[in-house]
Amino acid sequence: MKGKTIAFLSGKGGTGKTFLAVNLASVAPSAVYIDCDVEEPNGHLFFRPAWQYSRTIHVPLPQVDPAVCNGCRKCVDFCAFSALAWANGQLILFEALCHGCGGCMMVCPNQALCEADREIGEIKGGTSAGVRVISGFLKPGEATGVSIVKSLLTQAGSGCSVFIDCPPGSSCMVSESIRDADYCVLVAEPTRFGAHNLNMVHELLRLYNKPCGAVLNKCQPGEDPSRDYCLHHGVPILARIPFDERLGLLNSNAQIAVREDKGYREMFQALLLRIDKEACDAAVGHS
Amino acid sequence: MRQLVILSGKGGTGKTTVAGAFIRLSETRACADCDVDAPNLHLVNVAYPLRDDEPYYALPLADIDPALCVSCGECHSICRFDAIIPGGPYRVNDHSCEGCGVCALVCSVGAIHMKPHHAGNMTLYKKENAVFSTAELKMGSGTSGLLVSQVKKRMNAVVEGDIPFSVVDGSPGIGCPVIATLSGADVTLIVAEPSLSGISDLERIVKTARGFGTQVAVCVNKADINPARTRQIQEYCKREGLFFVGCIPYDPLAVVAVNRGVTIADIQCPSGNAAAEVYRRLLPVITQRSH
Repeated sequence: MKGKTIAFLSGKGGTGKTFLAVNLASVAPSAVYIDCDVEEPNGHLFFRPAWQYSRTIHVPLPQVDPAVCNGCRKCVDFCAFSALAWANGQLILFEALCHGCGGCMMVCPNQALCEADREIGEIKGGTSAGVRVISGFLKPGEATGVSIVKSLLTQAGSGCSVFIDCPPGSSCMVSESIRDADYCVLVAEPTRFGAHNLNMVHELLRLYNKPCGAVLNKCQPGEDPSRDYCLHHGVPILARIPFDERLGLLNSNAQIAVREDKGYREMFQALLLRIDKEACDAAVGHS
Repeated sequence: MRQLVILSGKGGTGKTTVAGAFIRLSETRACADCDVDAPNLHLVNVAYPLRDDEPYYALPLADIDPALCVSCGECHSICRFDAIIPGGPYRVNDHSCEGCGVCALVCSVGAIHMKPHHAGNMTLYKKENAVFSTAELKMGSGTSGLLVSQVKKRMNAVVEGDIPFSVVDGSPGIGCPVIATLSGADVTLIVAEPSLSGISDLERIVKTARGFGTQVAVCVNKADINPARTRQIQEYCKREGLFFVGCIPYDPLAVVAVNRGVTIADIQCPSGNAAAEVYRRLLPVITQRSH
C-alpha cells in the first residue's frame, strides 16, 4: 500500500465510513487520515491526536461603502444567488446566500464594494500512534464547507497512503472529496435504504470513472438488498462485516478496534491487502 | 399548519425510520423528504396511487461555445470555483460551476453563456387529500438548499383543509440542505445515537438549530447499544434545556420492516412500540397544546 489515495463513501449516513477509514489507516504502515465530513467530523474522536497545527478557513465576503454606493443596483441584478438587495435606500447583503464569486465588485461602476474575509471554519493536523490525522470543522450555521475540503486535500503530502473519510450523500461535497482518489470503497448497510443510496453513490463514481468496491457492514441473517445490488452491478464485495455487539460498543465509545483486539487487527489487515490489490489492478486496467 | 422536522446531525441514526413511523401514527396528510442527496422515505412511505413528476432546474451553469473560444484564459483566472478546464477550447466542469456568471461577464469574445441546468427531479405523491413531497438531486450537484425549499413549497401548495402539522424528514449534517430544512420548522426532533460521535454531532446540530427559533426535542435511537452514552445525552439535554422525549431500542426487526417496505409502526416490534411512546410524548409540543 504505497502512496495510494482511498476514499470511503456511502450515500446513506451512519453505515461505517469513519469506522472503516480509521481502522484501516491504523493498520497501514504509513498513513494519512483526512476527515472530509466537515459538517460532522468524527475521526479525531477516535484518534484523539495531539494537534500540531490549526488554520482558520476564510471565504471572501463583499462589503459596501454606503458613502460611495449610488444605488444603481447593478450588483443586485448581477448576483445569481440573490444575496444582494436594495431596500430602504441601502444595499443589503444576505451573508448566508453569498457564494463569494466576486461578481458584485466587478460590476460596480463606482468601486463601492470591496471584500473582507469571513471565517467559516478551520482545519487541524496532528498525529496519533504514527497516523497523520487531518480534520476539517465547519462552523455551525455556515452553509457549505467545500472550501474547507479543498484546503484539507492539499495537506495530504506524498509517499503515504491517504484515507479519505467522505461526507454522506452524493452532493458537491462528495465529488470534491473524491477528486484525487485512486480507489473508492463504498460502505453499505443490508437494507433497502442502504441499497438505494449505494446505487446513487455508485452512479456518481461511474460518472467520475473511479474504480470501486463495496464493504457490506452490520450484516445480519436474512435479506441483503445491498449485496444483491453489488452482485447485479458487478461491484466487487471486499468484505462482509457481521453486526457485532462488541464492535458496536467499541465504536460507540470511539475506540479504534484494531488497537484493542488482535482479531480485529487481523481482519482489517486482510481487508487492507484486498483493497490494495483491487486498487493496483484498477490502476493497471486504467493505464 | 405547524411543521415537525426530523434531523440528526450524524447520518444513519434513524431519522427516516422515525419519520416513517410518525407519518403512520399521526396519519398526517402532509409530509416531505428533504434529504435530497439520499432520499429514502418513499421506500417505506408508500401507497400513494397518484404520482406527479417535475424536473428541477437549479441555477443555470456556464457553457463555453468552442467555436468562439479563443483560449485567452480570462475565465480560468477569474473563476473562484476551479470550474474552468483550460485547453483549446476551454471547457466548464459542471460539477464545480456554481452558476455565478462571472466568466460570462469577463469573456471578451462572448463565448460564454449560461445554460439551463437540470439538477434533479421532484415528485409529488398523492392520495385522496394527502400529499407526500420528495425529490432527488442528480449526483454531484450543488444547491441542494434550493431544492429543499422547493420540496417544502410543493407540499404546502397542495395541502387542502386544516391539517394540524406536517412531518418533514431531513438530511444528515449541518450544511445548506439542513439549514433550508430548518427554515420554517416549528418543532425539530433530533434523533441521536448513543456514541461519542453521536454526541459530538448532536451538539453541532443543536447549535445550528438554535439559530432558527424552532423548539428542539431529542430522542435516542438504538439506546441500549451504549446505555452510558444514552445517559450522557439525557444529561446534556437537561443541561441545555432541551426536551428529552425518550429512547428507542436497537431492534433487528427495524431492518426487517424497511426491507419489507413498511414502517416500524406497521409491524409489531419493540422499536415501533418505543417510537409510538416518543410520538405520544412529543404530540402536545408539536400541536402546541402545552410543553
